[in-house]
Amino acid sequence: MAARRSRWGASIASLAATLALASVPLPDGVAALRPDWVAVVLLYWSLMAPRHFSLMTAFWMGIALDTLTGALLGQNALALLVIVYLADKFHLRLRVFPLSQLVLTVLVLLGLYEFILFWIDGMAGRTVPLVERWLPPLTGTLVWIALYMLFDRREREAPARL
Amino acid sequence: MSAQGRTGSGFGRSGFTMGARFLLLAIVCVGLMLLDRREQHLVQVRRALSVAVYPVRVAVDLPFRTWNSLRETLAARQALIEENRRFRRARLETEARLLRLESLESENARLRELLDSSARIGNRALVAEILAVDLDPYYQRFDLNRGLVDGVYVGQALIDADGVIGQVVRVGPLTSEAVLITDPDHAVPVSVDRNGVRTIAVGTGDRGRLRLRNLTNNADIVVGDVLVSSGLGGVFPAGYPVARVVDVIRRPDQPFAEVIAEPVSSLDRDREVLLVWNAPDDAPRAAAAAVEASVAEAN
Repeated sequence: MAARRSRWGASIASLAATLALASVPLPDGVAALRPDWVAVVLLYWSLMAPRHFSLMTAFWMGIALDTLTGALLGQNALALLVIVYLADKFHLRLRVFPLSQLVLTVLVLLGLYEFILFWIDGMAGRTVPLVERWLPPLTGTLVWIALYMLFDRREREAPARL
Repeated sequence: MSAQGRTGSGFGRSGFTMGARFLLLAIVCVGLMLLDRREQHLVQVRRALSVAVYPVRVAVDLPFRTWNSLRETLAARQALIEENRRFRRARLETEARLLRLESLESENARLRELLDSSARIGNRALVAEILAVDLDPYYQRFDLNRGLVDGVYVGQALIDADGVIGQVVRVGPLTSEAVLITDPDHAVPVSVDRNGVRTIAVGTGDRGRLRLRNLTNNADIVVGDVLVSSGLGGVFPAGYPVARVVDVIRRPDQPFAEVIAEPVSSLDRDREVLLVWNAPDDAPRAAAAAVEASVAEAN
């Protein structure tokens, strides 16, 4: 029970830290490379420890992010919902994938996340930069790999929970 | 398919399957976006949410604030003395200029009375601090530590010692969100200080560039011209410097010249800015409101 509680503590802390990371100012040159922290961390949790967070978490994190970044209310929320839903739906299949395919899936999901944001921006009539937009999924995937290497060794060795 | 349905329902607190909950939340999101597009509907919700994320903003800003105050505390005495001396000199110069300006202002008021046009009233201003919080990287927005409690309103102009910086786009109880004049979705009505040619300075997304719209090839504009806010549109008070023209490209085959200007204020270095209250007798704003009303009627 205690272990479970500490895991909850860890995940709540990771979510709060994620929001902070998403809004820390970066120097102009690097700002375009900032990974979508919230998406990366939620993807990590929903692929590695599914059922840990519900869709509600994704929704509220998205709303918080929208408020912080001044985006259209619901924009990030919708994009996060979609990728978390997909990750959760397929996590059993994904867990038996070798790392390379897992990474590819993460890249695709982060790309999808960015595409949804891009699409909504376009529909809302905001002026959208085309090229810089596609860097965050790449850096995000790198961060995801780093998270995986750091935290997930042990869990991978345990048999998948069915 | 059924197996996947069960994946969700085991955890769902409500009786819904995962797919149903996803659909429900997605619809909520779309609804929120539609409402938010028409800014007014969600103002209260936005305000409540902005209070909820206030701790995050403060937490992110804190290290930068601490670093700044630490640097001030640890600055060498000599440097402080030097700075103090420089400020005193600058103040003396400014005050001398101000004296002259005051006499000019009263003269101006008298002349305006003669012309029967409304005198410009000195604008009220309030110092605000920019929070070190990065918003959307593609849009040039930032947070200020002033909100409704300080009387900030949407559309309020922001200036610094050199000129116009931007305007407030969203106000929360404690913080507000502002946009730089170089944001790609932002435009300032300006006029050339030298001859009064009016144009619009549109942001490019690059903090060092503004583009001037609709200037014909034979418009009287040259490199070095200072652009001041024209006061049209009713957001920015007239007469504040906005930018300086750095490049004029006239192409004979194009109807309009391409004019690039550089903002005069230091958009990426400021930490403290001034919120100005526009003069209350706003003919342009009333006119804009009237236009909006007529457009709404037409629709």
